Amino acid sequence: MSTETIDLRTKLITDFHARESVMNGEAKSAFHQKKRAAIVQFEELGFPTPQNEEWKYSNVRDLVSASYNFNTSDTLSAEDLIDLKMPEQAANILYFVNGHYNPALSTVVSSTEQIIIDSLQNAYKNNPDLVNSYFDELVKNDTDAFTSLNTAFAHDGVFIYVPNNQTVEHPVILRFVSDARVENVGSQPRNIIAVGKNAHVKIAEAFRTIGDERSFTNVVTEINVGEEAGVEYYKVQNESENAYHIGTTQVRMLNKSHFYAATVTLNGKFTRNNLNIVIDGEHCEAYMYGLYFPDGAQHVDNHTVADHRKPNSESNELYKGILRDRSKGVFNGKIFVRPDAQKTNAFQSCKNIVLSTDATMYTKPQLEIFADDVKCSHGTTTGQIDEEALFYMRSRGISKSEAMSLLMFAFCADVVSQIKIDSIREYLENVIAEKLSRK
Amino acid sequence: MLSINGLRASIDGKEILKGINLEIKPGEVHAIMGPNGSGKSTLASVLAGREEYEVTGGSVTFGGKDLLELAAEERAAEGIFLAFQYPVEIPGVTTINFLKTAVNEIRKYNGEEPLDAARFLKMVREKAKLVSMNDSLLKRALNEGFSGGEKKRNEIFQMAVLEPKLAILDETDSGLDIDALRIVAEGVNSLRSPERSAIVVTHYQRLLDYIVPDFVHVLYKGRIVKSGGKELAFELEEKGYDWIKAEVEAQEVN
Repeated sequence: MSTETIDLRTKLITDFHARESVMNGEAKSAFHQKKRAAIVQFEELGFPTPQNEEWKYSNVRDLVSASYNFNTSDTLSAEDLIDLKMPEQAANILYFVNGHYNPALSTVVSSTEQIIIDSLQNAYKNNPDLVNSYFDELVKNDTDAFTSLNTAFAHDGVFIYVPNNQTVEHPVILRFVSDARVENVGSQPRNIIAVGKNAHVKIAEAFRTIGDERSFTNVVTEINVGEEAGVEYYKVQNESENAYHIGTTQVRMLNKSHFYAATVTLNGKFTRNNLNIVIDGEHCEAYMYGLYFPDGAQHVDNHTVADHRKPNSESNELYKGILRDRSKGVFNGKIFVRPDAQKTNAFQSCKNIVLSTDATMYTKPQLEIFADDVKCSHGTTTGQIDEEALFYMRSRGISKSEAMSLLMFAFCADVVSQIKIDSIREYLENVIAEKLSRK
Repeated sequence: MLSINGLRASIDGKEILKGINLEIKPGEVHAIMGPNGSGKSTLASVLAGREEYEVTGGSVTFGGKDLLELAAEERAAEGIFLAFQYPVEIPGVTTINFLKTAVNEIRKYNGEEPLDAARFLKMVREKAKLVSMNDSLLKRALNEGFSGGEKKRNEIFQMAVLEPKLAILDETDSGLDIDALRIVAEGVNSLRSPERSAIVVTHYQRLLDYIVPDFVHVLYKGRIVKSGGKELAFELEEKGYDWIKAEVEAQEVN
């Protein structure tokens, strides 16, 4: 272990205690007790090394060998956003700059009867009991250092609560912008989403960067999907060549609920996404779609878990990747079928196109099945562009490069077309087309 | 229009074409027949520019240009069209979008402006009617989940849209019932003109009842061993290929 590694860890722990020492009475609050437990867990775990099976192919040494300013104040103006070409949409749009809610840039259009959308910081004050009943209830701080770190520093992020029987017409778009124009910045947003019985909502998290210094985002999102509820959740990453991103989305589904997730990673130096779904109800349907398109020396790691705990539910997973240059991709998909989860259907597929001999894709499906009456399947493919398809297109007069673009765009479209927020889907299509046109 | 001289080609080190000579003038339809494994599909593939085949000798000129120097897409833009024996399924790319890209890439190659959406759609609808192709297939992913007949019809439809100077039909009749065969043949016939030529590769004489050729050539062991008029096809239908094989082997002995 290098001395730098110890430095960031020690610095964060010191920061935590320094903050705690000026808290007065708040230190006794239920929130803070959870945070304190989490920092202890972080201290015990330390940052993971490749010896940790969950981090075998994703080494965070580079990430933790720098220092980051986690305490930047609001630094962005509306003009600064113009270059980011954020798509417009009639939606609830919330901006977080370096992890802190920015009310001036944000717009909420839905009524408070339909949905409560608040920054976590405000929600702590406005609805402490409600927030506390969801905060840190789903995640595991004792096995994942980044999650425990996030819990310990969970000062801001979003709190979303959809009451029973509400169908929220306008989507909620959370835009996390790292402003790395002047220094290395760190942010640890914590998002808490609770969707009531028979309630329906679409939520997107979009991650962007301004500036060329390093950014380190360590985000955790907890999503409670109530009985008969439907949640569509999209995570979209188009960050800088110096952006490090670690994220965990922890989901719990109750009876007869539906959950759709699409995770699209188009740019960023180092990305690790954990998507963990606990299917804790019968007749649930969970869908996990993923797309990653790294180039240069980018690294994208997707770890997913579908944990079937009750009978008669279904999970479907499709992850796809295109890897260029010297990029690396990792896919680890776990399916657990617990002894009670009879009649489970669980399907998983991971398909990759590797366009360069220097690019690498590691895939690892893991099925652990403890029930006997289940249907499970998994498959991974890693290959090149289909030569027969390429020749077919060229024989019609389409140039090789144009044919490659069309085929790869179609390959991506399987996942992108799952995104039901128009502006985000169109934005992604444009970024993908742009990446494809770059040789 | 097309002039093939002493063409030799091999795949994985195995020589398949062993010196093909063929001359096709504008407006002519040539049928290439022959037993399985004689090199018919190889000839079609080599002309269309499939890269797995290595040309080891001979020359091919098309419209005065050295065809073998051109990439597959350039040959298409020069006016060569291959109707595939096994059309490829391409998920995620609609037939209409595929064709629009093809038409405009060819126009670009020939220094023409791209077709605007309205004109393109009008043209495509007319051509679809020509081969009795259902409009709904156009919006579906290219050949994905199409029946065998639909795939072959789609080939002829694409040919109608691209209006090639030389169409190469590679066993287009295989897997078609008689109704589908008739529709495909009508599509091909409607495109016949004094400027356009075709090479019809087929194992059976059946297709030639509908697409009547000017010349019939028999390919065997990588060479054209017999050429004649359309009567040759009837003779082959009646007598099979054995007498041709016998003739060739007799010559080889001599």
